[in-house]
Amino acid sequence: MTSLLLRRADGILTVQDMGRSGHLAKGLSRGGAVDRQALIEAAVLLGADEPLSGIEMAGAGGLFEVEQPMRIALTGAPMVATLDGVPLRWHASHSVKPGQILHIGGVQAGSYGYLTPGGGMASDEWLGSQAAHLSIGIFSPLAPGALLTGPDPCPDAPPRVIDPVARFNGGKVRVIDGPQTGLFADDVLGAFFETEFTRSDRGNRQGVRFDADRGFASEHAAGLASDLIGPGDLQMTGDGVPFVLLAECQTIGGYPRLGTIIPIDLPIAAQAAPGTKLRFQRIALDEADRLWQTERQQVRTAVARCRPLVRDPAMITDLLGFQLIGGVTAGDELEER
Amino acid sequence: MECETDISAKPDPRVFWAGVDGVLLRFALTPESGAMTATQLLAADLEHRTPSGTVEIAPGLVSVLLRFDPARTQRDVLAKEMLARARQIMQGPLDIPDSARRWTIPVAFGDADGPQLSEVAQAVGCSPDAAIRQICETELRVLVIGFAPGQPYIGLLPEAWDLPRQSELTPTVPAGAVVVAVRQIVMFGAASATGWRQVGRSAFRSFRPERDTPMPLRAGDAIRFARVSVSEIEALEQKADGLGGAQLEVLR
Repeated sequence: MTSLLLRRADGILTVQDMGRSGHLAKGLSRGGAVDRQALIEAAVLLGADEPLSGIEMAGAGGLFEVEQPMRIALTGAPMVATLDGVPLRWHASHSVKPGQILHIGGVQAGSYGYLTPGGGMASDEWLGSQAAHLSIGIFSPLAPGALLTGPDPCPDAPPRVIDPVARFNGGKVRVIDGPQTGLFADDVLGAFFETEFTRSDRGNRQGVRFDADRGFASEHAAGLASDLIGPGDLQMTGDGVPFVLLAECQTIGGYPRLGTIIPIDLPIAAQAAPGTKLRFQRIALDEADRLWQTERQQVRTAVARCRPLVRDPAMITDLLGFQLIGGVTAGDELEER
Repeated sequence: MECETDISAKPDPRVFWAGVDGVLLRFALTPESGAMTATQLLAADLEHRTPSGTVEIAPGLVSVLLRFDPARTQRDVLAKEMLARARQIMQGPLDIPDSARRWTIPVAFGDADGPQLSEVAQAVGCSPDAAIRQICETELRVLVIGFAPGQPYIGLLPEAWDLPRQSELTPTVPAGAVVVAVRQIVMFGAASATGWRQVGRSAFRSFRPERDTPMPLRAGDAIRFARVSVSEIEALEQKADGLGGAQLEVLR
């Protein structure tokens, strides 16, 4: 068994995987990574066939070391990262050796960054998943100490880089009608889809609130029977304020839902930092079907966006021996801005 | 496929798309008893003869969600199947299926453990003792589990118990609180704010992750409440299993 040593946690760090499905009838939501795309991209960087478990870092990372040589993938919201003080590229994999200090700082855009070891995490499972489900008290945020990881199958594999799916600066998310869309008047729906919303500072792994100048309420909300809800649903409060439901949402809710964000776009809403602008775009179901992919298909699609990280100056240890024209940078200044 | 919304209360099964991998059959928009019964019958039928490609079946109060694998089946096929079965069920009789299991759960009613018992009894139109008797003698069952893991919505109490939620939230009721509204009883798994009224307290915990069966209740389970003293509840709370002295009988 190998270990990742967490020396200091600066953000809320939790172990996450793709969650535990199949327990809705018992009131347990799937949970797992808020940004599932980040675990897909990490898997591709690490050459894994399917998503591995990793560390979800809300807001900021911390200080890490390794006990054995291993690769790590850095995905999700870009964060400032250095290895022994040398900047590391985000959306990339890197090799880390014992004795080196990995520092992951604050988010530069988005909300949730991910650190995935080459062998995944090897922490305790509950109902077949390692994912912390904070709202119901399953596992806890990580505290400093040794975190068990799986053995990295190829710790010496060269670093890779991936072009991430753009999702850290808001924009547009596509929405399909749901069972309660018809409870909203046509003019309310029309206005909703023309409005620009701002991510409020109220949000967590259960859901995120988006504000606008007006409300989008249903006239038929009173007396509704509570109904099944899930990640991606646009649950509207009594005042008509949308909450986008995320991984740890409750399974049943009494507020009407205006529609559902399609899975491929949900990370855009989940990653939106407070103040980020977001628009909702209504699309037809057949378009949503065309955009739907299994996890395995998502991994295959992401492979096409991945390539070797060649001659990253940050990884050249005798850098001073080279004649370089410019300075060393994190390499991602032009991305996602 | 019908996807416009019916806002009448008459049980009228309709199919809706629930995300890219879900079909929801809804009998009504409001929680009335015919639709609740039909929901239980449909959920039992789907459990018994599960359409292929189904990944998950989850009953709500008046709707059943079926999640499917889009690689293995088509939602139109499932929607048609669910609608046909629902219409069959609506032809009646709408007799609730016999429960396969029954729980008997000790509860302390009134006083500090049920601070709103008198208020509730007055609204129902009887004495507090008669209200407790009605709760303990009504044939109850778990209608749905949700909101929190394992947390049961239990019903239905007699019609006089169709009490609305409070307009103000009670800031906190303890874990195990037995609360009532809209002919139903909820037993809270953890301390919570609520708009429902607390009439009792049990030592039963509907969710204990470390238990072999973390969420022991199932939709459809029969529930019988047994009145006990406060000191008995306090003693039962000391038991490690968190089951609060609940007895489980297998009925069939």
